[in-house]
Amino acid sequence: MSPAIDHSLQDPPQLPREPLIEKNAVITEAPWVRRTLTAVALLFLCGFLLLPLVAVFVEALRNGVETYFEALKDPDALAAIELTLIAAAIAVPLNLVFGVSAAWAITKFEFRGKSLLVSLIDLPFSVSPVVAGLIYVLIFGSHGWAGPWLSEHGIKVLFSTPGIVLATVFVTFPFIARELIPLMTEQGTDDEQAALSLGATGWQTFWRVTLPNIKWGLLYGVLLCNARAMGEFGAVSVVSGHIRGQTNTMPLHVEILYNEYQFSAAFAVASLLAMLALLTLGIKSWLEWRHSDELSATRRH
Amino acid sequence: MNIQIRGIHKAFASFPALDGVNLDIESGELIALLGPSGSGKTTLLRTIAGLEFPDAGEISFGGENIASRPVRERGVGFVFQHYALFKHMTVADNIAFGLNVRKGSARPSKEAIQQRVHELLDLVQLSGLDKRYPSQLSGGQRQRVALARALAIDPKVLLLDEPFGALDAKVRKDLRRWLRELHDKTGYTTIFVTHDQEEALELADRVVVMNRGRIEQVGNNQQVYEQPATPFVFDFLGSVNILPGEVKDRQLRFDGSDDVWDSESKESGLVDIYVRPHDLQIVDAAAPGLDATVTLVQRAGALIRISAALATSGERIELELSHLDTLARSRQPGDAIRVAPITFGLFPRAPHRRPTTLPDVVPNAPAENRERARN
Repeated sequence: MSPAIDHSLQDPPQLPREPLIEKNAVITEAPWVRRTLTAVALLFLCGFLLLPLVAVFVEALRNGVETYFEALKDPDALAAIELTLIAAAIAVPLNLVFGVSAAWAITKFEFRGKSLLVSLIDLPFSVSPVVAGLIYVLIFGSHGWAGPWLSEHGIKVLFSTPGIVLATVFVTFPFIARELIPLMTEQGTDDEQAALSLGATGWQTFWRVTLPNIKWGLLYGVLLCNARAMGEFGAVSVVSGHIRGQTNTMPLHVEILYNEYQFSAAFAVASLLAMLALLTLGIKSWLEWRHSDELSATRRH
Repeated sequence: MNIQIRGIHKAFASFPALDGVNLDIESGELIALLGPSGSGKTTLLRTIAGLEFPDAGEISFGGENIASRPVRERGVGFVFQHYALFKHMTVADNIAFGLNVRKGSARPSKEAIQQRVHELLDLVQLSGLDKRYPSQLSGGQRQRVALARALAIDPKVLLLDEPFGALDAKVRKDLRRWLRELHDKTGYTTIFVTHDQEEALELADRVVVMNRGRIEQVGNNQQVYEQPATPFVFDFLGSVNILPGEVKDRQLRFDGSDDVWDSESKESGLVDIYVRPHDLQIVDAAAPGLDATVTLVQRAGALIRISAALATSGERIELELSHLDTLARSRQPGDAIRVAPITFGLFPRAPHRRPTTLPDVVPNAPAENRERARN
């Protein structure tokens, strides 16, 4: 005997994409309250965020487009841009590898000292960037622990590219790991166990199952990490030595130009940084939009 | 593939999850591991799969000890409670995963994989859904995909962890019947974990009842239900009335009653009498039985549930009677009835009246968290 309907074969119900219950029907406020609050928020946003951003571009272009591009074509500016890109190009992949391994270790395994590792990952967030820079001065400076030995062997860390990269890596340490840990905790280890039981090796499991599961979170973390790596000022300022054309990153270059009253040049370089921020923000919103779509799709049922 | 399990011990921190488990499973059997949360049933399943390693003991598949082999070398098909489908892959890619990750000459050709996927989709009756993603499937469909994925590697044994736990009642019932049919068709040795006694009794060839990391009884559904080996099994497989009594010269007498019933028990002494609610009947006032007063009558479908208080001790008993039973119909609270057992089980009088089970832990929590959840 077989019943007419096998319920286990039925498709999921087709629910409308809009919420079934009117949004916040109970807790909504009177129109004038809503409008006032929105207006206050918008005004604040314009005054404190949008206006300065516009000012950067206005100041940069005050003396015409030609001066703007000339400031960017200045050899010192080009060197600063190059150094910033190099520092980010080294720091971001390093932290990518570190962040993924740390998140993997913390979320997929049990071991002693796990909570210590989690707090250590947060350290760069809680320490002032200046202190972060000073740590490297203490270690690699001429009177530091490793400084004398390194200079004997002709390796220069402080006041050169390695120092800047180190400081950048330190400051951007938590971005990717912090992004991934909650995501991977929520996902658990069932998928990995399933892959292993189906005969996949650990490596195959990582590439085919774990990585696709975290890819949006990972991209998001990389973006934030990159933005910070390029924009970092404090820690880098301490270890760089401000040698023009050699150890100046973009934020440091902006400061020097500003202190020398070369306002439009300073704002020109600053506008590049601002554009980077806008680009990051744009990609981030796009990712969030993609990500949330994916999340709600998996959670809908 | 027949499976022998010998002396398996496994502890999480100080909590013994498995405490000396021995079990023989014949090739092609459908076995249920049944027990409350924390009884060790899931740990046993995961130990067979190689997702946990035992502290001591042997597990052999077809005579070969595989206790130290990792899960990927055991060739087991494991279906997770929440299916663990890869959500970034289509249904077809999910099913093909186990074949796609094989290396070199072990990997079938693309065409062969595709053909196998379509065979399996036919088998689980989901042909045409190969391009969908797991998020576009219902719970029942996901369970079928998870099963097809596990079967794709032609496993030596199929292991299912609470296979119907997350499903609606109707879906669960249909899927249960389908799984039995599938097992009869494919003949894979299958072990599944459940805390639902009805599921275990209906689906399995043999039921393994577990409690506190030990096996209480192994038997087919008739044996475990009709001849429970221990008070725990009696209690866990359905509801039960426990009444005090005494056995003397193969005759059983309920405390506070003069009537006697024949007993197979050779030993004399104080006993607990275990009677299921549907093994009690209402009898004429003249027949041997226990006097009681009805306190509550509930009608549940074709069943009439009557709660009554014994006249002698005031002890509450439960009866389940057919709605066709003339003596049971139209009973009201306050009515005096006479109750007699049809069958019963006898166990030596225990100091604690009711068999106790371990406090609940979060089912299917990762092993390392189970102990924490308990505290």
